[in-house]
Amino acid sequence: MHAEPTAVFKALSDPTRRTIFERLSRDGEMTVHALTDPSGVSQPAISKHLGALKDAGLVVGRRDGRETYYSAEPKALAPLMDWIGFYSTFWNRRFDNLESLLERMDP
Amino acid sequence: MTQNTETRTVTIEREMPHPLDKVWRALTEGSLLEQWLMRNDFEPVVDHTFKFTADWGSVDCRVITVDPKTTLAYSWEAYGMATVVTFTLTPTSTGTSLRMEQSGFPMSNDQAYKGAQYGWQKFLGAMEEVVAGLD
Repeated sequence: MHAEPTAVFKALSDPTRRTIFERLSRDGEMTVHALTDPSGVSQPAISKHLGALKDAGLVVGRRDGRETYYSAEPKALAPLMDWIGFYSTFWNRRFDNLESLLERMDP
Repeated sequence: MTQNTETRTVTIEREMPHPLDKVWRALTEGSLLEQWLMRNDFEPVVDHTFKFTADWGSVDCRVITVDPKTTLAYSWEAYGMATVVTFTLTPTSTGTSLRMEQSGFPMSNDQAYKGAQYGWQKFLGAMEEVVAGLD
């Protein structure tokens, strides 16, 4: 299941959530405690961020006894990778810049 | 340029009320190019390799075609994806029609996904930069 691109983007627009997602992508499955230790962010805050990442489909939780193990779902990034849309916006903006530059340039 | 059904193209076309010479200069003089596109070490010489750089990363390029005041093409490789950017200039009664085609986007999500794995953090940075400029 894929979340909306805007939801995924919104979830990753927060630097703390980006760090969590990066750590889970790099280091694999982790508990909320393991994620909390080096971050300097409180456990409830980490849990809240994990919730937002789960809602966006970027993170999944696996319950084992009293612990929940979280892991990254990088496939959830796929809907974000709308390169055509990205470059259409990019070039349209650059062409706006070009038009204002041409106005300023000597003939 | 070869085009097959496995790729997609982004096309932007605009009428610019400016003479052909001026538009060509903006596309080919490094200092002017920097002002509307990105920092670069571009030279209008076929096979010249150069980079566009921005805070969010860089684009590796190689000049493919320089047909003065008509066509300029270079390869454009960023986020693990190789495309080709071609500018075509056509004189009109009021100035210049400028067309930009970026071709070679993969159709399959898998390839886009590979690109994503290659540099998704940078991609997000770029995305933020683009989105921040939107109203």
